[in-house]
Amino acid sequence: MKIVVDFDKCKSNAVCMAAAPEVFEVRDDNFLYVLQEEPGEEQREQVEEAVRTCPTGAISLI
Amino acid sequence: MKRIVVVGASLAGVRAAEALRRDGYEGRVVLVGAEAHAPYDRPPLSKDYLAGTTARPALDLRKDGVADLDLDLHLGQAAHSLDVDAHTVGVGEETVEYDGLIIATGAHPRRIPGWDARPGVHTLRTVEDADALRTAIVGGARICVIGAGFIGAEVAATARGLGHQVTVLEALPQPMVRGVGPVIGAVLARLHRAHGVDLRLGVGVEAVVGDGRVEQVRLADGSAVECDLVLVAVGAVPTTDWLAGSAVTVADGVVCDAMLRAAPDVVAAGDVCRWPNPMFDDEMMRIEHWTNAAEQGTHAARTLLRGDEATPFSTVPFVWSDQYDVKIQSVGRFSGDDRMEVVHGTTDDDRFVALFARGDRLGGVLGFSQPRRVMQYRRMVADRASFADALAFAAENP
Repeated sequence: MKIVVDFDKCKSNAVCMAAAPEVFEVRDDNFLYVLQEEPGEEQREQVEEAVRTCPTGAISLI
Repeated sequence: MKRIVVVGASLAGVRAAEALRRDGYEGRVVLVGAEAHAPYDRPPLSKDYLAGTTARPALDLRKDGVADLDLDLHLGQAAHSLDVDAHTVGVGEETVEYDGLIIATGAHPRRIPGWDARPGVHTLRTVEDADALRTAIVGGARICVIGAGFIGAEVAATARGLGHQVTVLEALPQPMVRGVGPVIGAVLARLHRAHGVDLRLGVGVEAVVGDGRVEQVRLADGSAVECDLVLVAVGAVPTTDWLAGSAVTVADGVVCDAMLRAAPDVVAAGDVCRWPNPMFDDEMMRIEHWTNAAEQGTHAARTLLRGDEATPFSTVPFVWSDQYDVKIQSVGRFSGDDRMEVVHGTTDDDRFVALFARGDRLGGVLGFSQPRRVMQYRRMVADRASFADALAFAAENP
C-alpha cells in the first residue's frame, strides 16, 4: 500500500500520528512527515484507521 | 439482523454504515437523513468553506460517494417517530422496519426565543446556513456574533480574514471560560482583539432591533451594536424531539449504556448520544466533537453486530478549532475550575501547552499550535497518567 497525503487538506491535527505513530509524525515545525510511504502489511490496520480518523480526509491509500 | 436502519446521514451515521460493511454485515442498510444532500462534513462550514477557499464538492464525506456501501438512501426526509417494540421508525409517510437501529440525528443550533423571524438573523449548522452567511458577509454586512464559543469564534476569524467588520458579544467574562478557565480565556480574548474583532465580554443581549431587517442588537445596558447580520452561536441542542413518546430515554440527548445501547436493538452515536464514559469513571457525557461522532458511529455499529459480545465505548474526547493562524486543540475532560499548569511555552504567546488536573489524574490538555505534543498527552490521558507524571514528562521533554 502507498500513502498519499493531500497537503492542502492536511491541517496537522496529528490524529493520524495517534493512530499510526510509526508511519505519521507531526514534528515541532507543525508539519506532517510520512515516515514510511509504503508501509508493510502489519501496519495496514493502523494506517487505515489513520485514513478514517483524519478530520480533513487528507490521507488516501493507493 | 437482516435490516439495519441508520437515522442521521452526517458523520456518525456514515461512519456507522461504513463500519457495518467493513465488519462484514451483508444485510440491508437503510440510511435516513433530513438533509437532501449526500453526506457532507461540517467543520469547514465555519472556516474554509465560509471563506470561499474550499469548494462544495470537497465537503462530501465520501469522495467517491456512498454507492460502494450499498445503502438504501432516504435523504431529504426526517424520521419523525420510533416504536421500539414494533421495531419501526416513521419516515415521511412510510413505516420503516428495522432489526437494528442506529440513532445519529445529531444536534441543531440553540435559538434565542423571538429572534428567529427576521431576515438577517442566522445560525450555522448546514451548508445552506453557510451559503447564506457567506453571501451576506461578502456583500459587506457588518456582523454581530452572539457567543464566543468555537462556532462564533471561527466565524469571526473567517470574517476578519476576509476583511470584514465583526463584533462578538459574549455573556461570560472571558470566551469559553467555563471550559478553559480565566487564563486561557484571556488568551482567546487577546487573539480576537489582536485581529481586530470588537469583542465585548460580560454583556447581556436584550433584543435584535430593526424595521423589517436587522439594524442593531440592543444590549442589556441599553447600548446598541449597529449591524446588518446577526449570527446566533449560543450552542446546540440534541435533535431528539422525534423520539418523544418512544421507549428510549431522552435527557439532553439519547441516554445509552456504556455499549451505546439506548433500547433493545437500538444504539446511538454522535452529538445526540449521552453515555457513561469508562475513560472518566463512567461520567455521563454528550460530546459534540467531530472525532467523537466518527469513533462513536463506528462503535455503535459494532455494538449492534456483536450483541452480547459488545464492548464499552471508552474515549478521550478530542476537539480542534482553527482560529486565525492558531490551531487550538483540546483533549480529555476538564473544566475551567480545574488546576492548570502551562508546561510548554507561555500564555503570553499564542503557542503553548496547558495541562489540566482531574483530582490526581491528568484530566486533559489544551494546546495552541502544538499538535505533536497534544497527541502525546492524549495518549497519557488514555493511559490514566497521574498529573505528577505528566508534569514530570513535560519537564523531561521541554
